[in-house]
Formats: sequence, structure tokens, C-alpha cells
Amino acid sequence: MSLVLTPNIPDPDGFYDELLAAHEGLDKAQSDALNARLILLLANHLGDRDTLRAALDAARRAAT
Amino acid sequence: MVATRYETAFKLYPYEKVAAQAGPVVRHPVVIIGGGPVGLALALDLGRKGTPALVLDDHDGAGLGSKAICFAKRTLDIAHRLGAGRPMVDKGVVWNVGRVFHGEGQVFEFDLLPEDGHRNPGFINLQQPYFERFLVDAIREAQAAGAPTEIRGRNLVTDIETFDDHAILKIDTPDGPYTLEADWVVACDGARSPTRDRMGLSFDGRVFEDNFLIADVKMKADFPTERWFWFQPPFEGAGQSALLHKQPDDIWRIDFQLGWDIDRDAELDPDRIRARVDAMLSSQTGKVPDYELEWTSIYTFQCRRMKTFRHGPVLFAGDAAHQVSPFGARGANSGVQDADNLGWKLDLVCKGKADQSLLDSYATERAFGADENILNSSRATDFMTPKTEISQIFRNAVLDLAGQHAFARPLVNSGRLSVPCVYDDFPHFGPDALNGPARTRPGAACTDAPVENAFLLDHLSDGFMLLALGFDTPPQDALPVVHIAAPSPALAERYLGDAPRALYLIRPDQHIIARWPDYHANAVTIAMQNALGKAAR
Ligand SMILES: Cc1cc2nc3c(=O)[nH]c(=O)nc-3n(C[C@H](O)[C@H](O)[C@H](O)COP(=O)(O)OP(=O)(O)OC[C@H]3O[C@@H](n4cnc5c(N)ncnc54)[C@H](O)[C@@H]3O)c2cc1C
Repeated sequence: MSLVLTPNIPDPDGFYDELLAAHEGLDKAQSDALNARLILLLANHLGDRDTLRAALDAARRAAT
Repeated sequence: MVATRYETAFKLYPYEKVAAQAGPVVRHPVVIIGGGPVGLALALDLGRKGTPALVLDDHDGAGLGSKAICFAKRTLDIAHRLGAGRPMVDKGVVWNVGRVFHGEGQVFEFDLLPEDGHRNPGFINLQQPYFERFLVDAIREAQAAGAPTEIRGRNLVTDIETFDDHAILKIDTPDGPYTLEADWVVACDGARSPTRDRMGLSFDGRVFEDNFLIADVKMKADFPTERWFWFQPPFEGAGQSALLHKQPDDIWRIDFQLGWDIDRDAELDPDRIRARVDAMLSSQTGKVPDYELEWTSIYTFQCRRMKTFRHGPVLFAGDAAHQVSPFGARGANSGVQDADNLGWKLDLVCKGKADQSLLDSYATERAFGADENILNSSRATDFMTPKTEISQIFRNAVLDLAGQHAFARPLVNSGRLSVPCVYDDFPHFGPDALNGPARTRPGAACTDAPVENAFLLDHLSDGFMLLALGFDTPPQDALPVVHIAAPSPALAERYLGDAPRALYLIRPDQHIIARWPDYHANAVTIAMQNALGKAAR
């Protein structure tokens, strides 16, 4: 499984809305914690170490 | 003067004056400095093989105090091979249920249902002094049967001078100093190894900025035989983490992770310790059981190792060669594996049956083992003591999720129990010509399995051997052959996989050298020569 980097989420605006809604009413610490839980849940769902490594890589590169 | 640096729990090798202290200088094949778990295991192994070994220790027995309590299956398997395993397992405490807490609440509990079909449990809790005592008992038994082993208590090594092919040791005793020579010296003199310092060798690594308060308490009350581990314990002043664990003789080991900036004297005040212990022991039932403080101390931990474990005629083993933080119980357990790896090699070299370059494979194989242990215990430390804000956030996220979802539980790391490393791709192993199970590939230590009314371990010897599984007639080879015509299902699963039969070549330390689907005398000879470091022709 290679990392999907082309559009893959149906109804992207709807998803983005849900992502922000999940953080509604949370302070910074609560939001950070939610993000961390979300990353762990998604990572477990993916499971594949190569894909996860590719995602970590892509995330790091996007910042520079 | 031989100073007493610590009290002993058991006097095992009282000082006795020997003739060599007055007469001419005697040359020994092997001198072992230090009679801790590692030096004793090595002396026992060499003695059983008929190679003389002299152990020098500056005390006369096993040190009192809080040291190792958790001994892993591989250590018990090695002790079994050495004839010292049974009393350890009989005396030790076996536990399976563990609970992980985060703050006030329980995150999850687990039951380590061990895999069936092994002689030894996954691990036992046993105080280190007992472990050392059972090794000395086995040495005494071997001596009675003729093993050329000697232990000299209150013999303090004060100097070492090394040459290409021997070393000269200066020793102090209650009756004054003497000198001896050794073809080989094995320094098993602990984490502060004076031998290492005298030879000017470095010991680099990472010091964890943390203090651990360890209290061994004696409790008569009924208290569950479980391992309890807290992240961010709710009891006052308990620090970052806390651990409760049972040992034999109604003793419980309690650890509190106190952090770096502490006042050691204040923390060791018995009233202060009692307040913490009260809070911990009553946290689940609301009642403080009756207990006594047996022993309390504060430790700091580090992970470091020597660059190489062989320096000419001097070999380093155990804590002298490498030190790990105790999460996962890798200190004594890995040191016993050093002894296991070195014993047969030193034996063959002393008997002229292998070139001394074989000892370099001790250094490379065990440095690899040490790195794996250091990696594992550093990872546990990083989980237990997050070093940055984000690692704290992830750590707590893991704990939050682990309460509800099984997937997050394997990420919780309060120490991974020591398992032996596999010498994958090391030059003295191979070939792997069987399409067999991964756990028994060349480089791995033999996994136990049921064989008739006993276990595979009971059939394995402590020399080179062939293990023939599923053959109609056993191969006739110069090496001893352990022949099992009809393997049990568990043995087949662990050693055959889908293959109808298999031939394994096994080292004296019971690590697998090579495996094949059939017997070819020539292939066995080549693999044997390779295992001994002789160039194959
Ligand atoms: C709190 C704590 C908990 C631990 N828990 C575990 C655990 O659960 N499981 C585990 O596997 N490990 C554990 N360990 C680690 C374990 O105790 C050590 O790894 C183990 O003792 C190392 O054995 P050794 O034989 O290499 O050295 P040591 O046990 O240190 O023995 C060295 C010996 O050499 C002697 N000596 C030193 N200098 C000289 C000299 N100049 N001349 C003669 N003799 C000398 C000493 O007196 C001593 O007897 C723990 C350690 C601590 C501190």
C-alpha cells in the first residue's frame, strides 16, 4: 500500500467541517489531546508501517 | 586491606587462605573478576565443561539490598542447562495479572497467559541474592563431581597488567597481597568495573536525569500477586510513575520515580517513605495493610556500553560491559546471556579446539545484544518520562485510548520484558535452507516445546549437536544427534512449519546455527567450521 496523495475524500468541504466541529469548545490543551488521539486512531487503522513512514515523511516535508 | 563495601545477604564463599598466596606465582587458564550473577554463571559453565576457572570476589557472598528481581525465561533456560534452574523456579514467584493505572483510574488489566509447552515460565520474580546462591549451590555440586572451579572470597583485585597472551593480577586479601597470572581474564566486576577504569577504557552513553526510590516491604496480609503500574500516580509526592511487584518471602518491591531535583536525605526519611507506601497500598481498598520496610534506597539509571568487550586477553561481561536502566529487567538477564555466549567459546579456545579469534565473535554478538537492550530500555524510559510537551501529549493520548480500545494497549510501555536477541546475518550462522518458522531461524535461541513427557530443553546438551525432527532413521554424524521421530504438534509448529522433517545444527549455548530439510554430512561440516570461525574449504 503506498500513501495516497491524490484527492481521496468524498465531499471534502463536509469532512473539513466535521474536523473543525470536533474541536469546537475545546481549549488548546484539549485540542492537542484530541489531535493526538486522532492520529493514533488513524495510524492504527492504516497499520502498514511503510505507509505510515511515508505519511510522517510527507508531513515533515510540507513544513519546510 | 579488603574493605567491606556492602553487607551480604548470604555468605557463600568465606575467605580461606590458599597456598598460592605465599608460594611462586601461579598461572591460571581463566580468572573471573567478580562473583555476581554473571561471573558465577560463567564459572559454572566452564567448570562443567572441564575448563578451570578461578573466581575472585572482594566480598564473601551475595550483596544485600534491592537489585534484580525479575528473571526472564531465557535466563531460566540457561540456568536449566547449567543445572541451577529448578530451585530458582521453585522459589520464584510467577505472576500473570497486571494492572495499569493512570492517575486515579485503572486504564486496563492484562493476563499474560503464557504459551503452553515450555518447561519454564515467561519470567519469575526472585531476589538477586537467591539467584546467586542457587548458582553457587550448583558450582558446589559440580565441584563435588570434579569440576575444576574455585571461588576465592575477600580477594580484591587491585591491579592488572596486560600482555599479548596473558595478564598479571595483583590481589589483596585479609592476609595481605599476592600476585597471579592468567591466560584469560573475564572482568565481571559490575557497572563501576575497576578493571575497565584501570585499563583506561571508556564507558559512554546516556544518563537519565531521574531518581528512583526503591522500597522493599514485608507484608503478611493477603495482597494480590499482581503487577501494578501507575503513570502519574495520584498519591502525594509519588512522582511520575510507581510500580508494585511481588517477590518471594512476602516481600513487595515498590518503585517511585521521583524526578531529578530531589533532596536524597529527605526522601529517604522512613516517615516520608511510609506515607507514600500507605497511600499506594490503600489506593484500591481504602485500608493500609500491616507492613515493615525491609530495605530502601535511591538509584539513578543510565544506559551505556563499552565500545568493544574484548581487549586482548581481557574480556568484559555483564554490567562491566554494558549498563541499562532496569525497565524490562535487562541487566542480569542480558549479563547471563553474555556468560552463556562466552562460556563455550572460551572453553574451546582454552582446549586448543578453536582459534582465539572466536572470542571476537563474543564481542560482536553481545555488543549487538547490548544495543538491543539499551534501545528497548531507552524507549520505555521515554514513554514513562516524556521529555517534551508533545511527547507528553502523545503519551497521555495512548493512555486515554488504552482505557477504551485494545489497539492502544500494546503502545503502553512500562518496560518490555527481556527476550534474547537473534543473531540475524552474523557471520558464524547459516545457512537457512529450510522454509521454516521465523522464531527458530539461524541465530535464534532454541524455543522450548513439549517432547513426550518432558521438554525439548531436557533433550538438548551443552555441546554442539544436531536436532533431527521427523526422520525415519536418525542421521549418523560425528556430532551427537537428538532424534525425535514424531514431533508433538507444538514442536512441529515451532520447528517444522509446513516441512515434513528438518535438521537443525545447534551451538553449545543452544542458539541455532543452521537448518536444512535433509541431512548432508558435508553441509553440516561446513556449517560447523563456519560456526567455529574456521575458514570453510
Ligand atoms: C534497583 C535495581 C533493580 C534491578 N532489577 C533487575 C531485574 O529485575 N532484572 C535484571 O535482570 N536485572 C536487574 N537489575 C540489574 C542487575 O542487578 C545487574 O545487571 C547485575 O547485578 C549485574 O551482574 P554482574 O555480575 O555483571 O555485576 P554485579 O552484580 O555488580 O557483580 C560484580 C561483583 O564484582 C565484585 N567486584 C567488584 N570489584 C572487584 C574487585 N576489584 N575485585 C574483586 N571483586 C570485585 C563485586 O563485589 C560484585 O560481587 C537491577 C538493578 C538495580 C540497581
